[in-house]
Amino acid sequence: VLAMTGLPRFASAEDAKVQAAIDAFAGGASIETGTVSLSAPEIAENGNTVPIGVSVDSPMTDADHVTAVMLLAAGNPQPGVATFHFSSMSGSADATTRMRLAKTQDVIALAKTSTGKVFMDRKTVKVTIGGCGG
Amino acid sequence: MSTSKPRVKVPKTASKDEVIQIKTLISHTMESGQRKDDKGNVIPRSIINKFTCEFNGKTVFSCDLEPAISANPYLEFSAKVPETGTFKFTWVDDDGSVYSSESKITVE
Repeated sequence: VLAMTGLPRFASAEDAKVQAAIDAFAGGASIETGTVSLSAPEIAENGNTVPIGVSVDSPMTDADHVTAVMLLAAGNPQPGVATFHFSSMSGSADATTRMRLAKTQDVIALAKTSTGKVFMDRKTVKVTIGGCGG
Repeated sequence: MSTSKPRVKVPKTASKDEVIQIKTLISHTMESGQRKDDKGNVIPRSIINKFTCEFNGKTVFSCDLEPAISANPYLEFSAKVPETGTFKFTWVDDDGSVYSSESKITVE
């Protein structure tokens, strides 16, 4: 945390991209915590392939189900990772994939429901070897 | 572009309305567009950008993939099985190629 304080401009440039992605997904709805749970390792030895999973507590009925979950990597050159689209036929709103992380950063999951609610969870992942090699 | 081979793991049987786990993997470099070659030129982006899972013609789950997804993209998700039928999985490449795979499941 102390090392970060020397770089406020970089942090805010990243934050602007991340905030724009969050705003576009939420579409003006207020963002609540809880309900969505993000799972990612605390420490990723290899940033090229970091497992990430998301699970949303939802009845998954036609009337009330999770429609989408967006994953963001706040410290990557481009924050977008993936967007999952669920239906009542999904049965359960959970999904797992593997992603690249350029450096130690926060990973964010946002979930949207058919009833118009938006939930968010975030986790910090420490990366030993970055995954966006140039 | 080398051919991309999909691999899918789906149970062969389920009870009615059971929620099953599906695992998919497709071989693909997922070139992010962020890397440079040894001459310093940007290597153009080339990724699988869309995955869809249908059951008996209806979309159950889909995913938009960004360049931050690792090579050989892996996806694990759930699906409810209301009846005997066929899951169809489709991957769409940036170059327009479409790869697909089907798995039958029987409700007992």
